[in-house]
Amino acid sequence: MSDPAPSARRMSMIEAINDALDVMMARDCAVIVMGEDVGYFGGVFRATAGLQKKYGKTRVFDTPISECGIIGVAVGMGAYGLRPVPEIQFADYIYPGLDQLVSEAARLRYRSAGEFTAPMTVRTPFGGGIFGGQTHSQSPEALFTHVAGLKTVVPSTPYDAKGLLIAAIEDNDPVIFFEPKRLYNGPFNGHYDEPAIPWARHPDSLVPAGHYRVPLGQARIVRAGEAVTVLAYGTMVHVAREVAERQGIDAEVIDLRTLVPLDITTIEASVNKTGKCLIVHEATRTGGFGAELSALVQERCFHALEAPIERVTGFDTPYPHSLEWAYFPGPVRIGEAFARLIAA
Amino acid sequence: MTNGNLPRLSLHVPEPPYRPGAQVDFATLKVPPAGMQPRPDETCSAVDTHPLCLDMVRVLGEDHRAHGPWDPGLDAATLIRMLRLMALTRAFDARMVRAQRQGKTSFYMKSTGEEATAVATAMALAEDDMVFPSYRQQGLFIARGYPLVEMVNQIFSNRADKLKGRQLPIMYSAREQSIFSISGNLATQYPQAVGWAMASAIKGDSRIASAFLGEGSSAEGDFHSALTFAAVYNAPVVFNLVNNQWAISSFSGFAGGERTTFAARAIGYGIAGLRIDGNDPLAVFAAVRWAADRARANAGPTLIEHFTYRAEGHSTSDDPGQYRSAAEGTQWPLGDPIDRLMRHLIAIGAWDAGRQAAMDAEVDAQVRAAVRAAEANGTLGHGLHHPFRTMFEDVFETLPWHLVEQSRQAIHERHVKWPEWSDDADVGEGR
Repeated sequence: MSDPAPSARRMSMIEAINDALDVMMARDCAVIVMGEDVGYFGGVFRATAGLQKKYGKTRVFDTPISECGIIGVAVGMGAYGLRPVPEIQFADYIYPGLDQLVSEAARLRYRSAGEFTAPMTVRTPFGGGIFGGQTHSQSPEALFTHVAGLKTVVPSTPYDAKGLLIAAIEDNDPVIFFEPKRLYNGPFNGHYDEPAIPWARHPDSLVPAGHYRVPLGQARIVRAGEAVTVLAYGTMVHVAREVAERQGIDAEVIDLRTLVPLDITTIEASVNKTGKCLIVHEATRTGGFGAELSALVQERCFHALEAPIERVTGFDTPYPHSLEWAYFPGPVRIGEAFARLIAA
Repeated sequence: MTNGNLPRLSLHVPEPPYRPGAQVDFATLKVPPAGMQPRPDETCSAVDTHPLCLDMVRVLGEDHRAHGPWDPGLDAATLIRMLRLMALTRAFDARMVRAQRQGKTSFYMKSTGEEATAVATAMALAEDDMVFPSYRQQGLFIARGYPLVEMVNQIFSNRADKLKGRQLPIMYSAREQSIFSISGNLATQYPQAVGWAMASAIKGDSRIASAFLGEGSSAEGDFHSALTFAAVYNAPVVFNLVNNQWAISSFSGFAGGERTTFAARAIGYGIAGLRIDGNDPLAVFAAVRWAADRARANAGPTLIEHFTYRAEGHSTSDDPGQYRSAAEGTQWPLGDPIDRLMRHLIAIGAWDAGRQAAMDAEVDAQVRAAVRAAEANGTLGHGLHHPFRTMFEDVFETLPWHLVEQSRQAIHERHVKWPEWSDDADVGEGR
């Protein structure tokens, strides 16, 4: 592994998120951070550590335990001209704020014909793998991708987390920024029974200092390949890649990074090349974002497809606590899907 | 089902006192004499206002004179302006209902009897204070000088509608007049107003925010989130809760009105609260000015319950004769705000029946002119709408690929149905 450039350093994803917030707060005094426990304490996952001390209590502050209130005041702040970055402590807690997101933030530009907008980036940890049970493990991204007017972003590496978060904060539309909490401290590969891997050993933990953007709407080819296209985001990018490499499958692994807007060009080019497509997400299966991806691939790449599209997902149950790894779409489930595709 | 000697539980389902055909008796409605309510200093402790949450601030007495410490002392010219704005609002409402019946639009909502709650509030606030209205504050737009023709364009969803025909009629947006876009989802504007007020405080601005909702919507979680946030951050915001007794067919009892006043919710949050005669324009003005001055002095938020009566149906889609006694409105003990202000002006020698009649004719002509001007831009369902392609704009700041594709499909469908169709010809010249 090469030495980091002087202007870059190794970071975990949580450090990269903290750095993005720091960069944006320093650059733009309209950026404010709020949420439950984000102030003095620095957030339950430490994403906002040190920010209140640096930027003061009127720019980084704790809020009442009211997701409706958090999102609602963020809409009003956006209308004033601020650029709020509210944190919802767990994606599982976002539902009381749903009306303010779906009916208000997402539609304000449209309903006022551009007179008012609600620029905000709602950061929220999502996904399982940390023994969080059914209230700290959900992946509700499909509820948001279904809403006209919301952008949905999911990073999978520290480098992307910082660049995407900066792009999201600078975006003039409301963005839901799902942070795969299992990746905060290391690139989890799905083998929960093996020693955890720290970010420091991963190339994408090298995070440049200062401001840079990873544009919304651009996927990344994590691993080029010819045999099968893998569409994934968040934690499942690492899991799927690991499975492909251990099984010796020449998979092209695409990290979508943004679900809305979606990088359909990269997807089409890859599936047209490989002729096979595996979609992987941790969320429940029925009506999941994988269903949308599957439909798009079928509509656009039908004649290139050499096998039925495979979807590997969580099961349609609440996320169980003790049986977490039975729920999780891990190496066995993904491996068998790969095998079916290769055999087809 | 029962356990030993314990009494059987019973569920209380509220029932309004006067269903259709019933005689009404408002003797139990406590209406204190005007001028009797104390007026604490604007920067007082919130607790000092709490007795007023169970009282009713009134200024205009039975003698049509202004009484007591809440008399705002407005000069005759200002009072006449207030009267005119309320009369204009009422004339506008009457004309828009007629337009709806004539098929020029789909829907309308009158504010009859509640004009003071919007007009006097607008006059008491600074003109650049940001207001987050609900759907029955047309008087606010009119008082702030939002052009009537813009309102009618929006109601007719025509080619000049600033909102491009996207919103249900009366869901205006008027940024230039410092009025926020109306949602239609209930109570959502309350936390938004708090957020705007918090932003203003973060920035060291001097502008405050004010929000409106009805007593029925105060049952929404947003109301309680908003009051919690406002209390926590001492946000410079004035909450107007218009208690017009009815939420479509549900009386105020379904929002908790049988238990205590709506203003009393301020007590639990530890913020200032006032309960006022919402049909008394002077009381409305005085209370809102008091609360605005309090907010501007960093002394915190105020919840104002405007006690009033929805004299007409919820909307043009509603028939209140189906669920409430018509006598409620005719015998409402707090009268009518326009009538009361007119009598006050006459009592102080600043007005007379002739001037009233002339004013009524003028505001009616003003409304007719606005409707004529708007009709030239089209009415709902009769051509002259916004260009078809605008349907896809403003979902996002820029059009993503999937909306580009869907807009092509939509345009294609038009061509299939009308081969000669062109988006620009369809909407007339210059659009």
